[in-house]
Amino acid sequence: MSKHPVSLKVNGDEHDLLIEPRKTLLAVLRDTIGLTGTKEGCSTGDCGACTVIVDGKAVTSCMVLGVTVSDKEITTIEGLASDGELHPIQQAFIDTGGYQCGFCTPGFIMASKVLVDENPNRTEEEFRHALGGNICRCTGYTKILEAVIQAAEEIRTAS
Amino acid sequence: MKNFEYFEPNTLAEASRLFAEEHAQLLAGGTDLIIGMKAYTETPKSVISLQNIPGLTGITKDAANSITIGAMTKVREVELSEEILKHHTALAEGASEIGSIQIRNLATIGGNIAHASPAADTVAGLLAADAQVHISGADGERTVPINELFTGPGQTVLTAGEIITHFRLPSPASGSHYIKHKIREVMDLAFIGVASAVNVDNGTIIDARIGLAAVAPTPIRATEAEELLKGNEPTDELLAQAGGAAAAATSPISDLRCSAEHRKEMVDVLTRRTLQYALDRARN
Repeated sequence: MSKHPVSLKVNGDEHDLLIEPRKTLLAVLRDTIGLTGTKEGCSTGDCGACTVIVDGKAVTSCMVLGVTVSDKEITTIEGLASDGELHPIQQAFIDTGGYQCGFCTPGFIMASKVLVDENPNRTEEEFRHALGGNICRCTGYTKILEAVIQAAEEIRTAS
Repeated sequence: MKNFEYFEPNTLAEASRLFAEEHAQLLAGGTDLIIGMKAYTETPKSVISLQNIPGLTGITKDAANSITIGAMTKVREVELSEEILKHHTALAEGASEIGSIQIRNLATIGGNIAHASPAADTVAGLLAADAQVHISGADGERTVPINELFTGPGQTVLTAGEIITHFRLPSPASGSHYIKHKIREVMDLAFIGVASAVNVDNGTIIDARIGLAAVAPTPIRATEAEELLKGNEPTDELLAQAGGAAAAATSPISDLRCSAEHRKEMVDVLTRRTLQYALDRARN
């Protein structure tokens, strides 16, 4: 089986790689590029731990083949901070203690990042529903939701 | 996952030719196929991505309010489309019930239908919209009404190399509604899915279409219930009769999610309920 050349744009860096078609984007990010911030949870698209942003949309990277995202803009948790400044959603998770073991945190942050950026006016209930694809097995949802609401407020006042 | 040859053709003809070969699988959004390949229930020798073929995405409306949805359109786009929300609310509601936002950003409406799960969340809404399925293959193009597409669980009338290109929803409903009977708010499979669509003129139901999912080996239309409704003014009694007729049209199984009896009972309840919502929407 032949490998395929792909050009992955991850967090602004281009990676020209030769990959097996069966490698998921998640596997390419972690094993080939070495960006291990994105976590592998269920591997079946149910838990959201592997959430990354592809062309502005949050997707579960375990359900994406690496060969299909050549030339698309990929953002992982490592690419959220700019010039040493954390994105408001990252700072909010720290401020509220929106994590326990931390394993689900990158996925929650990437999913929430798109939500607060595209519409910070969502209600708490709407945020809760929209984050239904992310699971925290420590079950610390209260603080996670507080973080998202804090970040949304910050983005609302800043704009 | 077993390895496979990967193809990204630029034309439908090339995709059809590749797909007609043995052990070939189409890749649309991947959210069913990749799960299957990881579980080794799918072991294709070749995987043919449709993402580079022009003309398979997007939602358009013509002058007669007929809506076309490209098969590669993401279900998230179907869920948020103003045209779909306005004219085929039940379909937008069904799309919004699939997985999570992350999954809906990947999954396509064509994949949801071609996978032919009796419980697919977009299928009841498409049945209630009387959708026409446009198919392209080696022998040219053909159109199949969605209620004639499925032949069994995971089975369709599509022959080797045939690819769904788009869905055409001929005319708007005055009102429609979808209810997914489930336990979890998100990330769940339907116990049953019911979509009702009505066209109302001067207080009389002139047309009614009811799509049912996960209550028979294939998704079905409740045609007897539809006939009861047509030409009549909606009353509680009429809706109760329609609910009973819809339940009678089903042949559900008992499985880990619920019993056949429960499914049948809930088809009755949810047919009445979705009709009531659809009629309320038609009034407003």
